Amino acid sequence: MSMLRKSAFIRGAVLGLGLLAASLAPAAARTTQAELKQVPGGFSFEGPLGKFDQASLQRGYKVYAEVCSNCHSMNLMYYRNLCQPGGPFYHKEYPNPNDSPYCKAIAADIKVPDLDPDTGDPIQRSATPADHFRNPYPNEIAAAASNGGKAPPDLSVMARAREGGPQYIYSILSGYIDPPPGLTIPDGKYYNPYYPGDLGSMWSGPKAKTPVGGVILMPFQLVPGRVTFDDGAPSTTEQQAKDVVTFLAWTAEPKQEERKEAGFAVMIYLILFTGILYLSYRQIWRNVAH
Amino acid sequence: MSGHSTYEPKTGIERWLDARLPIIRLAKDTAIDFPTPKNLNYWWTFGGILAVCLVTQILTGVILAMHYVPNGDMAFNSVEHIMRDVNYGWMIRYIHANGASMFFLAVYIHMARGLYYGSYKAPREVLWLLGCIIYLLMMATAFMGYVLPWGQMSFAGAVVITNLFSALDQVIPGLGTAITTWLWGGFAVGGATLNRFFSLHYLLPFVIAGVVGLHIWALHVPGNNNPTGVDVKLKEDTVPFHPYYTVKDGFAIAAFFILFAWFVFFAPEALGHVDNQTPANPLVTPAHIVPEWYFLPFYAILRSVPQKLFGVLAMFGSIAMLFAVPWLDTSKVRSMRYRPTARIFLVFFVLATILLGWCGGKEPDDMVITMGHDANGDPTGFSVVWFSRILAIYYYAYFLLVLPLLGLTEKPLDVPTTISTPVLPKGGAALPAGATAAPEKKG
Repeated sequence: MSMLRKSAFIRGAVLGLGLLAASLAPAAARTTQAELKQVPGGFSFEGPLGKFDQASLQRGYKVYAEVCSNCHSMNLMYYRNLCQPGGPFYHKEYPNPNDSPYCKAIAADIKVPDLDPDTGDPIQRSATPADHFRNPYPNEIAAAASNGGKAPPDLSVMARAREGGPQYIYSILSGYIDPPPGLTIPDGKYYNPYYPGDLGSMWSGPKAKTPVGGVILMPFQLVPGRVTFDDGAPSTTEQQAKDVVTFLAWTAEPKQEERKEAGFAVMIYLILFTGILYLSYRQIWRNVAH
Repeated sequence: MSGHSTYEPKTGIERWLDARLPIIRLAKDTAIDFPTPKNLNYWWTFGGILAVCLVTQILTGVILAMHYVPNGDMAFNSVEHIMRDVNYGWMIRYIHANGASMFFLAVYIHMARGLYYGSYKAPREVLWLLGCIIYLLMMATAFMGYVLPWGQMSFAGAVVITNLFSALDQVIPGLGTAITTWLWGGFAVGGATLNRFFSLHYLLPFVIAGVVGLHIWALHVPGNNNPTGVDVKLKEDTVPFHPYYTVKDGFAIAAFFILFAWFVFFAPEALGHVDNQTPANPLVTPAHIVPEWYFLPFYAILRSVPQKLFGVLAMFGSIAMLFAVPWLDTSKVRSMRYRPTARIFLVFFVLATILLGWCGGKEPDDMVITMGHDANGDPTGFSVVWFSRILAIYYYAYFLLVLPLLGLTEKPLDVPTTISTPVLPKGGAALPAGATAAPEKKG
C-alpha cells in the first residue's frame, strides 16, 4: 500500500466512523422465541450411540401419513426408504427394500400422478416402492394458494434445517397455547411461543412485556386422539409429537445409525493406531536428545 | 542444506532410470535422507497434517463430483442423493465438508507457528510467500465449495462475497458492476454462477497442489526452521527425515484424525449452518448471514468499517499484511522463544483474531457489555461493532507498528549457539572457536 493510498484509507476510515456515529442504527425488529421444551424421556437417537426406536418410527410414520402429508411434501423420501436397513419397516427377511411386502403394501394404497404410457394422458396410479412420497399438491403455487399464500415447507430435511432441530419441532408441534389477553392474532394465523417472531405490532400492552414467539400459518394439529396407534401407545399430543419428530429426524438423515456405528469402529481403530504410532515414535527417538 | 545425494542405484533398472529421470534419487533425498533439525516440536507436524488434508479433500472431492449435479434446480437434491443413496456417500461428503474446517484449523496453527518461530525470515521469505498464496487459494476454493450445495446460506454467501467487488463502483463508476456481472455470468447470482464455481472449485485444488510442490521445494533449499531459530551448524543438529519425522508426523496425523473423525461421525453438522439445509431461494434472505467459522475474523473486519469500499479494503488488507511480514519484522532474532516482549504481542494478536472471529458470528448491534436499555427496551452499551473496531486496529497495529518497531527496540534473550546446545547437558558438544559470538547476527 503506497503512502498516498494509506492516507486516503485513513481519511476514509475516519470519515466512515464519523458517519456511523452520527447515525447510530435504530434497533431492528427483535425476534424472540420461548425456551424449547424438554422432550419427556428424551429422544432415542440422541447422543453418539443413540439409535432410532423402530416402534416410535412406525408410529411417527403413521402421524406423518395421516396428518402431515395432507399439506407437506417430502420429496427426498421414497417408499422404499421405509423398508431399508434402519427404516421403520425394515425386516431382515427382505434385504432389498423394493421387494419388501411392507413397502409394496404401503405404496399400493397411495395414488400418484403419472402419464398413461399409451396415450400420454395424465393419470393416477398406485405408487410403487420406487416412487417418492406423494406430494399433496400438484405444484408449489397450488400449495401456496391452499395455505394462506405460502406453501408448507418440504419436510424431508426439516429436522436438520431449523435451529434446535428435533427439539424445536417437538416444541412447535406440542407447544400451541391460547394467545395471552392483549395479543391480537390475525385471522388464518396462529400463536406459537416457540415459533421465532416479533409480536410487537400485535401487542397492545406495555412494550417491555411483549409475549415471546411468533405467528405461524399452521394450526394446532396433534390434538389428543388424532392418530390411533396400532401398538396401543397413548395418543396424547406429546406422544404423537415425539413419534413424528423421531420419524422426521430419521428422514432428515436416514444413514444416521450407520454413521454412528461406523464412527464407533473408526474411533477404536484410530485410538489404537495412534497409540502404536506413539510407541513407535518413542522407540525410534529413544537415543536422540531433543 | 539439501546437500550431497547419497543415493546409489543398486540394480540395473535403477541405474538405467537414474540416468534418465532421477526420480528415485529425488524421493530418497527429499523424503528419506533429508537432514531435518532434531528439535522440531509438535507445532511442526502441521505441515504434514496439511498435506494429508489436501489429499483427503481431493480424493473425496473427485468422488463427490461423480454424483453431484452443478445445476440450480438439482444441486441441493444431488447432495442429498449422495447422503442417502450413494454407498458411503454420507461419509465421503461429511469428510469433505468437515475436511475443509480441519484444513483451515491446521493451516491457522501452521501460520501461527510460522509467526511465532520467525519462519518467514531470511532465507525463507519465498517459502512464506508461497504459503500465503496457498492460503489465498484455499480461501477461494473453500468459498466456492460452500456455494455448491446450493442451500440458503450458500446462495447468501455467494451474493455477499461477489458483491464485495461492486464496491469498486466507488472508485470507477460501473467498474464494480461490470466485474460482478462477469463473475456471476449474468445479472444476479444464479445457475451460471453455480456452474462456474463448480468448475473453479474442481480446478483450484490442483493449483494448490502445484503451489504446495513449490512450497516444499522452497522449504528444501534452506531446510526447516526450528524452535530455536538457530541455523543448523553441525551434523549432530539434524536427523534424517525418515524414520524420525515420518513416525513423528505420522503420530500427529493419526491424533489429528481422531478429532477429524469425531466431527465426521458424531457432529457432522456442528460447524455448518442450519439455513443451508433449505434449498436456495433468491426471494428469501436468511435473517443472519454468516460465513463459515474460518472466515469470521475477516467478516468482522469487513463489517467494522461502515463505508463499503474501505471495509472491503480493510478486509483484503488484513490478508495482504501477511505477505509483507518478512519485511515488516525488523528483529534479527528469528524465534520468539528469545523475544519475550514480542511473544506477548503475538499471543494478544492470536487472541484478537479469535475474538474477531467471535464478533464475526454475532450481529454488529449485539452487546458485548450491556449497560442499560433505551426507550424501546433494546440493550445499549459496548457493541460488537465497536469491539471489532478495537480488535481490528490491534490486528493492523501488530503488523504495522509492533513488528517493525519492536525489533529495533527490544532486548532479546541470549540465543543458543547451536540447536544442540539447549538439549545437551552442560552446553553440549565442543564448538569451533568463534561460533558463540553474536549468534543472532548469523541468521
